[in-house]
Amino acid sequence: MRAVDALMECLKAEGVDVVFGIPGGANLPTYDAFYEAGIRHILVRHEAGGGHAAEGYAKASGRVGVSLGTSGPGATNLVTPICDAMMDSVPVVFITGQVRTELLGTDGFQEADILGITMPIVKHSFMIQHPLEIPRTIHEAFHVARSGRPGPVVVDIPVDLSRVDIEYEPAGEVHLPGYQPTTEGNQKQIRLAAKAMVGARRPVLYVGGGVVNANASAELTELALADRLPVTCTLMGLGAFPAPHPQWLGMLGMHGTRTANYAMDEADLICAIGARFDDRITGKLSEFAPRAKFIHIDVDPAEISKNVPAHIPIVGDAKNILPRLLNEYRALEPDTSRLDGWWERIDGWRRQHPLGYEDSADAEIKPQRLVQALYEATGGDAVVTSDVGQHQMWAAQYYHFNAPRNWINSGGLGTMGFGLPAAMGAAVARPDDTVICIAGDGSVQMNMQELATCAENGIPIKVFVMNNGYLGMVRQWQELFWDKRYSQVDMGRWPDFVKLAEAHGATGMRFTEKSTLVDDIKTALATDGPVLVDVRVTREENTYPMIPAGAAARDMVG
Amino acid sequence: MGEPGTKEVISLEELEAAGMGRTGRKHLLSILVENKPGVLSRVTGLFARRGFNIDTLAVGPTDDPSLSRITLTLDGALHPIDQVTKQLHKLINVLKIRDLEPDETLARELALFKISADGAQRAEITQLVEIFRGKIVDVNRRAMVVEITGTQDKIEAFERLVRPFGLVEMARTGEIAISRGRGET
Repeated sequence: MRAVDALMECLKAEGVDVVFGIPGGANLPTYDAFYEAGIRHILVRHEAGGGHAAEGYAKASGRVGVSLGTSGPGATNLVTPICDAMMDSVPVVFITGQVRTELLGTDGFQEADILGITMPIVKHSFMIQHPLEIPRTIHEAFHVARSGRPGPVVVDIPVDLSRVDIEYEPAGEVHLPGYQPTTEGNQKQIRLAAKAMVGARRPVLYVGGGVVNANASAELTELALADRLPVTCTLMGLGAFPAPHPQWLGMLGMHGTRTANYAMDEADLICAIGARFDDRITGKLSEFAPRAKFIHIDVDPAEISKNVPAHIPIVGDAKNILPRLLNEYRALEPDTSRLDGWWERIDGWRRQHPLGYEDSADAEIKPQRLVQALYEATGGDAVVTSDVGQHQMWAAQYYHFNAPRNWINSGGLGTMGFGLPAAMGAAVARPDDTVICIAGDGSVQMNMQELATCAENGIPIKVFVMNNGYLGMVRQWQELFWDKRYSQVDMGRWPDFVKLAEAHGATGMRFTEKSTLVDDIKTALATDGPVLVDVRVTREENTYPMIPAGAAARDMVG
Repeated sequence: MGEPGTKEVISLEELEAAGMGRTGRKHLLSILVENKPGVLSRVTGLFARRGFNIDTLAVGPTDDPSLSRITLTLDGALHPIDQVTKQLHKLINVLKIRDLEPDETLARELALFKISADGAQRAEITQLVEIFRGKIVDVNRRAMVVEITGTQDKIEAFERLVRPFGLVEMARTGEIAISRGRGET
């Protein structure tokens, strides 16, 4: 069979049920093979949309997403999703077409050195050099993408090689001698961690996206509940622990709750699980959690002691480690009452500094109110995607995620335009769930075109554009730190989102009234097919609380 | 130094101070990699991305034709090297990395020196070459080419000695290294 037909067999063997992509000159053979391969292909409108959709699919399902593009611009359009998947550890295989081998390096038409361009932003990449390599490479790509710390893998296939007739044999075991992720976790270290936790009087579990990736939420929750351990999650970890919950401190970091940040500040032991001490978490590094000892559990050894030195490092998969940590912990028969004082302190912060905002006196919709109304209207069970900016932080703060893989956003790279295509991918992965996208009016316009893809394919995402007519987060920084010199943040009056939605084959709505908001949202959710709602919100609302740039957690404002 | 998003102006002195702490002892890394296209670029890219300047770099085959050894030296304080070696470990084509301890390592480099040498100077240079256990590989009326093998220190010492004669050109391979004893590097 042709190498591309073998490619299809490999995709099927890997359990791929859907791919997102766009054909072009250099991947014409691949698309010919799709014609009768029996794999669902969703034709997106821009490769970046397809890449983010594959990410949304992967994040919502835990399976490997697949995204395709042709050579040259098709491939370079995938660069942002590739980098995004790298930063947030999303398992996606990107398959790009390449010019025929004799043209390589000659500036051929639609030639781009996509392997070179993406080298610093991939978990791994392959350039096919012989047609017989295709099957093995595809399996290796999937293995690398999904195992260890997940991430993006690029496979670049020169068009001539993809047309070659080859003998296809289903590939056996992958052989990658240089790739053996540590997953088990050292038992001695686990015992040491349990001892430290039992001895701690002010412990905090600091949970990141790694717990979601490891499908270890249940194990984490069991550990936390074993002894009333306080839990806080990063932006990427939301949903790993069911919120709201008495042991839930809220999100931590720049726009986290005061309770979570103060608890980190005063903790004597911080157990970081699948989290990487990002600068949005630590604030001023020299003043981050000054009293704490650190246990650091991560599948990626390069994360250990990268930003904050770990006293007890444990390299491995949280899914393996957490149950063993729990066993060791229980065996030591911890005295739960030692945490009484700590909980009193935490409850004091909770009473004093609940998350809040001043609601409008009139019909005006406050952006925070919109998220609360969405939570109410969906019963807290929707899959929520977001773009990047103020609306993302409000969504993280006010939509209490009670299950993993229900919160899908771009955390590490902070990619505007991520939310709408990611919602499309999530809805494809989980057709029985309600999928909503909380977008900003700035962000949504960066990948708006995929609304047509949704309409074309009957993908019923519900997009709520928090429209304040500003690049809101930048405006907020200009207001707070740059003397209110608003430079290039006013988006003006256009476009008309309702008309734009309709032009894309979706239903367009506009909400301006607070009192009927929940019912209006329910109407939107009950509408068939994709819906985009222009929600007019307060123009100059700030996201609080906030750790100002370069400040310490205890100096939060707002 | 303030966060990028804030408006305080950063002085050049602050900027330079922030980049300090990167020069420490010399490190000699021995990296065993798969012998495939693009692998060298992946390895060196990790250094370039961090603003590390590689001082010497030598790549060649090993006893196993499917593997190559990259030996590189660079200056660095301990922590940044630690982070970069951890990242190197994550590269799928990298099998093994050793940050070689000088006491347990045999390191050698080969250098070629083209020295201007008129009749009178030739004898003196020849004597130096003998002392350094080097080899004269080419000679003509006005110049000679000398091959020296040894540690970086030895090569640098020879360079200092012949420079006054008129050093026309020098080419060095960069160090290669192997560990002492029975165990693999």
